[in-house]
Amino acid sequence: MLYENSIKVLYIDLSTGKIEIKRRTDMAGYLGGVGVASKLLEETMRPELSPLAAEQPMILAIGAISGIYPLITKTVAMFISPLTGELGESYAGGRLALTLSMAGYDAVVIHGKAPRPSYIVIDGGNIEIKDARPIWGMDSDVVGQFIRDHVKGSGKRSILRIGPAGEKMVKFASVCVDTYRHFGRLGLGAVMGSKHVKAIIVTGDKSTKIKEYKDYFRVYQSIFKSVTETDLMAKYHDLGTSINVEVINALGALPTKNLTESHFDGAEKITGEAFANNHLVRKMACTGCPVGCIHIGQFRQKFDDGYDYESLSVAYDYELIYSLGTLLGVSKTDEVLHLIEAVEKTGMDAISTGVALAWATEGFMKGIVTVAETLLPLTFGDSKIYYQAILYLANRKNDFYRVLGEGTRSAGATYGGKEFALQVAGNEIPGYHTGYGNLVGLTVGARHSHLCNAGYAVDQSISTFDENKAVDALFMEELERCVLNSLVICLFARKVYNRETVLKALNATGYVLTDNELTTIAKRIYKTKLGIKEKLGFDPRQVVLPERFFKTPSIHGTLDPLIAERMINRYVEKCLLLLSEEN
Amino acid sequence: MKVLKAVEMNRCIGCLSCMITCATVNQQDHSILKSAIRIKTSGGLTGKFMAIVCQACKDDVPCAEVCPTGALVQRKGGGVLLDKENCVGCEHCVTACTVDAIYFDHSTKLPIVCKHCGVCARFCPHGCLQLTEEVQ
Repeated sequence: MLYENSIKVLYIDLSTGKIEIKRRTDMAGYLGGVGVASKLLEETMRPELSPLAAEQPMILAIGAISGIYPLITKTVAMFISPLTGELGESYAGGRLALTLSMAGYDAVVIHGKAPRPSYIVIDGGNIEIKDARPIWGMDSDVVGQFIRDHVKGSGKRSILRIGPAGEKMVKFASVCVDTYRHFGRLGLGAVMGSKHVKAIIVTGDKSTKIKEYKDYFRVYQSIFKSVTETDLMAKYHDLGTSINVEVINALGALPTKNLTESHFDGAEKITGEAFANNHLVRKMACTGCPVGCIHIGQFRQKFDDGYDYESLSVAYDYELIYSLGTLLGVSKTDEVLHLIEAVEKTGMDAISTGVALAWATEGFMKGIVTVAETLLPLTFGDSKIYYQAILYLANRKNDFYRVLGEGTRSAGATYGGKEFALQVAGNEIPGYHTGYGNLVGLTVGARHSHLCNAGYAVDQSISTFDENKAVDALFMEELERCVLNSLVICLFARKVYNRETVLKALNATGYVLTDNELTTIAKRIYKTKLGIKEKLGFDPRQVVLPERFFKTPSIHGTLDPLIAERMINRYVEKCLLLLSEEN
Repeated sequence: MKVLKAVEMNRCIGCLSCMITCATVNQQDHSILKSAIRIKTSGGLTGKFMAIVCQACKDDVPCAEVCPTGALVQRKGGGVLLDKENCVGCEHCVTACTVDAIYFDHSTKLPIVCKHCGVCARFCPHGCLQLTEEVQ
C-alpha cells in the first residue's frame, strides 16, 4: 500500500491449493492493519460455522507505513476465536511486518484446510504449500530450527510456527513468531492447527523508492530521537514491563493465587529487578525498533549428578510473571522462567495457561476435581507440578485436560467452580485487578484484551471514581486504538505516536490526511468490528462476570456488580450511537 | 579518514535501524536490502548477531583489484568508492570480497558499496557500530 491507493491481498485456499492476488482499491478507506483485516474478516467469515471449521479465514495484515518508521513493527491477525467464539484479534512483533512488506503484501487471507500437515512459504510472488508431515508433532522451538535450515532467506525472513498444543487445537494455543514474539491470545494457534498448517515462512525482496526523501527522513529522525533520547520509552527498555510487578502489587491489584488475593507476599522475589539481576542476559528488538523491550532471561538447572546442567533462555514480561508466577503462587524467578519455557515449547498462551491452572488448583483444593482428574496434586507454589500440568494440558492427556484446553469458562461450566474461573466472555484475564475500568473494559473491549481500551490505566489514573467519565475514557481509547492498530504501531509507543506524529508520519509518505479524517477512519473501523461481533451474536450485556471479581478488593475497593452493569449498559449505548452515525 | 567498525556486536538488539537508515540515506529506498551493511543472526535469534560490513581494506583491496574498469577507487583511509559511470555491472567485486560485504543491486545493475559515511552508527542505539580512525 505504501505510496499506492490499493491494498494488495494474498488469498491462499489450502483445500484446493489455489492462490490469488488481488489489488483492492475499495479498501483505502480502512488505512491498513486492523481496518483492512476487519473488513476482510467480515467478508470471508462464516458466522454460522464453528470457529475451527475449514471455511473460516485467518487473516494477517500490516499497515500503510509498516517497517519504515521506528516502532511501526506489528502485524495484526484476525480470526474467529475458538476460545471465545467471538472476534479474535491478536498482535505480534518480530520481523513479520517488515517481511510481509518486502514480500509485497498488505494482507494475507488463509482459508480451507490442507489435506495433510503442511507449511506455507511466501517468498514474494512465489507461494508454496509444502509437506510438514515429518515436523508435525515437534515442539515450537525445534520446528523453528528445522525450518531455518530448510528454507532460504536467512536474516530477512520471518518464521511463524505452532507447537503440539496448536496441532491438538487447545483453544488458547499460540503462534510463535521469530522465536521471541507471539500471536498469543485468543487461539490463533488452534486455528492454524485446524488448517493443518505447522508453519508459515515469509520472505521477499521488494524495494520501494522513497518519494519525498527529505520530508520522510526528517520525520523518521524526529521520531527516532523522541524514542531514544526522551524517557517516553525508558520503562520498556530498562526493566521492561516486568517493572509492573512491584507497581501493581503495591497498588493491591496483582491477582494472586487465582485472585483469592490482590497482593502477593512473595512479590519482592520476582520483581523486574530480581529478574534483571538474576537472569537477564540480553535485550532484543523487533525489526525497526531501537527500544529493545524483549528481555531474555537465562537460567540453568541440574539434570544429573556431578556437573550436568542444561541451560534455557526465554523472553519474560509482566503478564507472564503474573500468570505463571503470582497467580500460581510461584515466587522464584527461575521457576517462573521454567514454566515460561514449557508454554513456549508446547505453544500456548501464557496468560490463559496460568489462569486455567490457577482455576484447577482452587478446584482441586475445594474438592471439585480430584487427583483422578488432574493426575497431579496441584498446589499453589509448586512449579514442578505445574510444569507437568502444562505438558498434560498441551497434549490433552485425559478428559480433564481436554476440557481445560477448551478454556477456563468451559472447565468451570463442566466441573463447577465457574464463580472463580477468571475469565471475561471466555477469555482468561490479564494481570490487573484495578477496578471497574479494567473489568468493564475487558467486557466491552472488541477483543476482550487489556490491549483494547487499557481499562487498568483508567483505574490507575483516576483518584475519585466517576463511572460516566470512566466509560467515556474507555470508549475514546478503544476508538483511538483503531487508528494506532490500523497502522499497526506497537502500543508501547502510544505516547510517541500521538495524533500529531501519526499525521506527520503519514503526510511525509504521501498520505495527506487531516485529524478529522483519521477520526472518521477510526469510527469506520470500530463500526466494522462492532458489526462483526454482532453477527457472531455477542452482546456485552449478556456477559456473566464471575463472582470472584466482586469478592477480592481492587484498588478502588470491593466492586459492586450493579455499578459494573450500569457502566456496561452506558458503553453499549455509546456503541449504538456510533453505529447510528453516518459513514 | 574514519572508517566504520562493528566493535560491540554483543550489544546488538537486532533492530536493523542501521540497515534502514543506510538504505534511506544512501539509496533513497525503503528496502533494507539496499543497505551496504547487513545484520545477520548466527544460528537463529537465540545466537549472536553479526554485522557484515566493509572491512575497509587499506593496501591490498581485493574488490578494487578485480574491477576491470577501475570503477572501484581506493578510498583514503580504507575501503573503496564507486564511480557509477565506469561500472559495467560485471559483479566481479561481489565475488572478490571475502566477507561478502558487497551486494549487487539487480535493479540498478550496480554494486552496493559501503562508503563509511557512518549514518548506520549514528542510528545504532547501543553503539555497536562506530566510526573510528583505527584500521585493524
